[in-house]
Amino acid sequence: MATKTPIRLTINHESYDVEVEPRWLLSDVIRHQLGLIGTHVGCEQGVCGACTILVDGKPERSCLVFAVQAEGADITTVEGLSTDPQHLTALQESFRDHHALQCGYCTSGMLLTATALLKKEPHPTEDAIREALSGNVCRCTGYQFIVDAILAVANGSKEVQE
Amino acid sequence: MKPGAFEYRKATTVKDAVAWLHSDLNSKILAGGQSLVPVMNFRLAHPSLLVDINEIAALHQITFNADTVTLGALVRHQEMAESTEVRDRLPLLAVTARHIGHWAIRNRGTLGGSLAHADPASEWPAVMVALEAQIQVEGPDGARTIPASEFYLGYYTTELAADEIVTAVTISRTRHRLGFAEVARRPGDFALAGSIVEDFGDGQGSVTWFGVAGKPERVVLALPEEESARARSFQSALGKLSQLDDDRHRQQLAVTVAERAFQHSRLTGHEYLTFEGGQV
Ligand SMILES: Cc1cc2nc3c(=O)[nH]c(=O)nc-3n(C[C@H](O)[C@H](O)[C@H](O)COP(=O)(O)OP(=O)(O)OC[C@H]3O[C@@H](n4cnc5c(N)ncnc54)[C@H](O)[C@@H]3O)c2cc1C
Ligand code: FES
Ligand code: FES
Repeated sequence: MATKTPIRLTINHESYDVEVEPRWLLSDVIRHQLGLIGTHVGCEQGVCGACTILVDGKPERSCLVFAVQAEGADITTVEGLSTDPQHLTALQESFRDHHALQCGYCTSGMLLTATALLKKEPHPTEDAIREALSGNVCRCTGYQFIVDAILAVANGSKEVQE
Repeated sequence: MKPGAFEYRKATTVKDAVAWLHSDLNSKILAGGQSLVPVMNFRLAHPSLLVDINEIAALHQITFNADTVTLGALVRHQEMAESTEVRDRLPLLAVTARHIGHWAIRNRGTLGGSLAHADPASEWPAVMVALEAQIQVEGPDGARTIPASEFYLGYYTTELAADEIVTAVTISRTRHRLGFAEVARRPGDFALAGSIVEDFGDGQGSVTWFGVAGKPERVVLALPEEESARARSFQSALGKLSQLDDDRHRQQLAVTVAERAFQHSRLTGHEYLTFEGGQV
């Protein structure tokens, strides 16, 4: 049994003190130690994008970083997009309105990537949206409704919340 | 799968990192982790010690001088794509960076990691060979500089010793027009074939491929005005590579991407390597 190291993670503006083995992936610590199971795990090799989280506002793969490396970073998972359970962000609502999800496995990664894109570039073109999402695989929707949902927010007046 | 157990240490100086690498022959540097962590997840690598270099501040710098630019090993692919200074003064690098993986991969993956990993299909090794860059490394016996052309030995193999670390890369000013092109199945995938073409402006130039041989090699060749003559010139340059892949389709693709890179070099604008005040 390897020795564990105490670390403090900042996720969705909350502090979590956990003890981790160095080999534990951030994706697994988020899911298994912290119970934030909105972050999904598909491939564990950086390809599918299901595990995408925001690290200091930028999309990163939580399956390709060890939890010990994430101390001091400001992390956002899908649970942190809207703080009020009764209220969805404009982007989340738009996903619902446009049927941008079926099984939902890819959805958290899609939402986080698109949230970061809209923050950086509030009115992206369809090409820019497709380019940003090229690292997030969806096996259900064929992408069109996801792109539509993001375009609707990009073209609309709705503010995107973090 | 999950990685095997290892000891984890965070270095804040190159000296510490080198000393730790030297103390354990089964140690590995952890930079962006975008190549190392996947192979650890699949247990294809099982280092006993990981030396995390992300907090070595000196390795994050991009420094422009009058005739050179030095890029620290920890410059992230996305920084290279977005830095206004790089876009203005080294547009070829910004164009190249956009072709590497996906946004989330680029946010973490580093220049030094890519150079050390030496995937034959990766962009940075070929770009550095094409630009005749100098790779700076540091080991227990001090620092040394290795020309990119001598750094690559073959598939995933470099001159780097197990206890050496890539610290930076230096590129000298060139006034030649440069072009870049690659073909991948989907955006973000590794290239099936890619190329950097340099036009000396006197009917001569150079071509460097990635994805078509075990290591990048810069070949000087004629660049005739006539397209079919140029294709023949690319074809014979391809034959000079020492570790050419024997896939015929890939070889044809190589000639096509070289032509596209040549066309890219001809675009008006600034798709060539220049420095402030530099005229092409
Ligand atoms: C889905 C996906 C798609 C990708 N697509 C592409 C692509 O199209 N093109 C491309 O080029 N790459 C691609 N990559 C790889 C990516 O660019 C990596 O960032 C890069 O290859 C390695 O850099 P890193 O900083 O992540 O290195 P790490 O993964 O941390 O390390 C890689 C290796 O280099 C060693 N190393 C790291 N830094 C140093 C150093 N400074 N000195 C000495 N040794 C060092 C490590 O010990 C390890 O052996 C992709 C990766 C993924 C997951
Ligand atoms: S689980 Fe991380 S990218 Fe697929
Ligand atoms: S909704 Fe099923 S994978 Fe995207």
